[in-house]
Amino acid sequence: MRFDVVQHLPALQVVIPLLGAVLAAFLRRGIVAWGLASVVTGLMPLIAGGLLWQVLQAGPISYHLGGWPPPWGIEYRVDVLNAFVLLLVSAVSAVMMPFARRSVAFEIEGDKQASFYSMYLLCLTGLLGITITGDAFNAFVFLEISSLSTYVLIAMGRDRRALLAAYQYLIMGTIGATFYVIGVGLLYLVTGSLNMVDIASRLGPASAEHFRPIVVALAFLTVGVSLKLALFPLHVWLPNAYAFAPSFATAFLAATATKVAVYLFIRIFFSIFGIAVSLESLRVCDVLLALSVAAMFIASVLAVYEQNLKRMLAYSSVAQIGYITFGIGLANQNGLTGGAVHLFNHALMKGALFLALGAVLYRAGTVKLAELGGIGRRMPLTFAAFVIAGLGIIGTPGTAGFISKWYLALGALDQGRWPLVFLIVASSLIALVYIGRVVEVAYFRATSEAAEKASDPPWNMLVPILVLAVATVYFGFFTELSAGIAAKAAQTLIGGLK
Amino acid sequence: MKLDLILRIGVKFLLPFVLLFALYVQFHGELGPGGGFQAGVITAGMVILYAIMFGVEAAKRIAPQRLVEVMVPLGVLIYAGTGVAGLLLGKNFLDYSVLAHDPPHGRELGIFLVELGVLITVSGTMTALFYAFSERGR
Repeated sequence: MRFDVVQHLPALQVVIPLLGAVLAAFLRRGIVAWGLASVVTGLMPLIAGGLLWQVLQAGPISYHLGGWPPPWGIEYRVDVLNAFVLLLVSAVSAVMMPFARRSVAFEIEGDKQASFYSMYLLCLTGLLGITITGDAFNAFVFLEISSLSTYVLIAMGRDRRALLAAYQYLIMGTIGATFYVIGVGLLYLVTGSLNMVDIASRLGPASAEHFRPIVVALAFLTVGVSLKLALFPLHVWLPNAYAFAPSFATAFLAATATKVAVYLFIRIFFSIFGIAVSLESLRVCDVLLALSVAAMFIASVLAVYEQNLKRMLAYSSVAQIGYITFGIGLANQNGLTGGAVHLFNHALMKGALFLALGAVLYRAGTVKLAELGGIGRRMPLTFAAFVIAGLGIIGTPGTAGFISKWYLALGALDQGRWPLVFLIVASSLIALVYIGRVVEVAYFRATSEAAEKASDPPWNMLVPILVLAVATVYFGFFTELSAGIAAKAAQTLIGGLK
Repeated sequence: MKLDLILRIGVKFLLPFVLLFALYVQFHGELGPGGGFQAGVITAGMVILYAIMFGVEAAKRIAPQRLVEVMVPLGVLIYAGTGVAGLLLGKNFLDYSVLAHDPPHGRELGIFLVELGVLITVSGTMTALFYAFSERGR
């Protein structure tokens, strides 16, 4: 038999970054490791794109690791939803890679740069693994791979407080992972299976006899994954982690890590439990909606009062994750489309914003708002991108953020809950305040000392920022790839619900 | 500082048996309790015991820092490489059945290589952790 690339795409999606991470660990020089990481990351969107294309043409792909058929062996299962998330994660990472070289060289000591790239690739391996696997325990293993490497990435920040932030996340993340594995253990007790599709098919018949352990499993899984995706009020690890991690790590994690956790959440809710038991009767959706609305408001208000811009965007991320879980909580076609498309759009917008801040740190040496008067005039292109992505966060028509909020509002209206629509708009106005505050300082204040010496960063840092900002506008008008595919994924998920 | 004679001789006497037991656990893993992880921990335990008795410098002569640091990714590379070998020979990732003349022997060889990789990474990581802690406060 011959080696056939197309047939093995699901394995290659995970194996290539894993090999890359291992090879990067042998390297000494940061620049060589960066080259390796760029090549590996550059291949990822090609593979993910190939998978998405195959899925759209011929339906779900099932890949049996080691040749053992499911449910005994580990199955990689690609459908529209996870092919979409795979493409998002890998494409955003690939766009960001050119930015990494200077930013990492600036913020991380020379002898640690190669291990930074090794950890980055390992994190990417874990994130892609969680997304592609169809096995609940295998997802836990990849969750740990991505989490452990994330702790290292955060701890590599210049500020010594990065160590504390990483430790805080280590504790919270470990609790989350433990809860997840307890939940999987309970499911295994009830159904005797770890394969997600198999669990879903066995859970329905088992629910008559073992209803209570199933509810407890759902509770453990929900809390565990919610810790990972930083659902309010389980978000406390996130602001410090994002604020003190190296700029590239922050941008990468903000754009991908929480998104993958959200994906896992959707998978558990709709592909495992939703098929077997009625989510309505468990009232989980209402709890989720309440927490999401709290996140949208409270985290946004916290962002308004934050002086460190990285922390401000981190709180904004908590709020934006609230919108995504809001869509999940609505649990109808338009709502889930809105959640899934916001997962995509938010990755682009927050990626652009955090990269822009990385460029500000590179040029001006600070991200404290008070020290950045007039920076917008000094770094015109960077801040043009910042403003465009910021408008996306607010949800201005013509940007990607508007598309997501439009679907979320439609989802709320479909259920006749018009007050929720009002809440979406009202919380968006708070985003206007915190983004507007930055714009005011950056453009209308006297030029500060730090801003005086700043200018737009070199092209290899600038291009990724601009690409993501342009994408924010592009996906505000052409929604075939974003909302179109999200709607297809939502249709499949909602269609399976009991 | 001169340490107790009985301890020093006793530890030196123990070391080969510790290593032998590690190898037993390694190769017996498919039949009884054990495997690469446990064997790796025991192997690292041998280095750590030696370091406690004779000092970290002496331990670094038998297990140099650079070697230990290379062992950490090397084991993963062996593991992943074994999986990729199956891939290149036309089967799925981690399918070992094509590694030898017939599937059972291929799987045996595959598991052997994977466990070897685990041994190398685990013992390397444990020793590297020990070195990292022993260097603190110097």
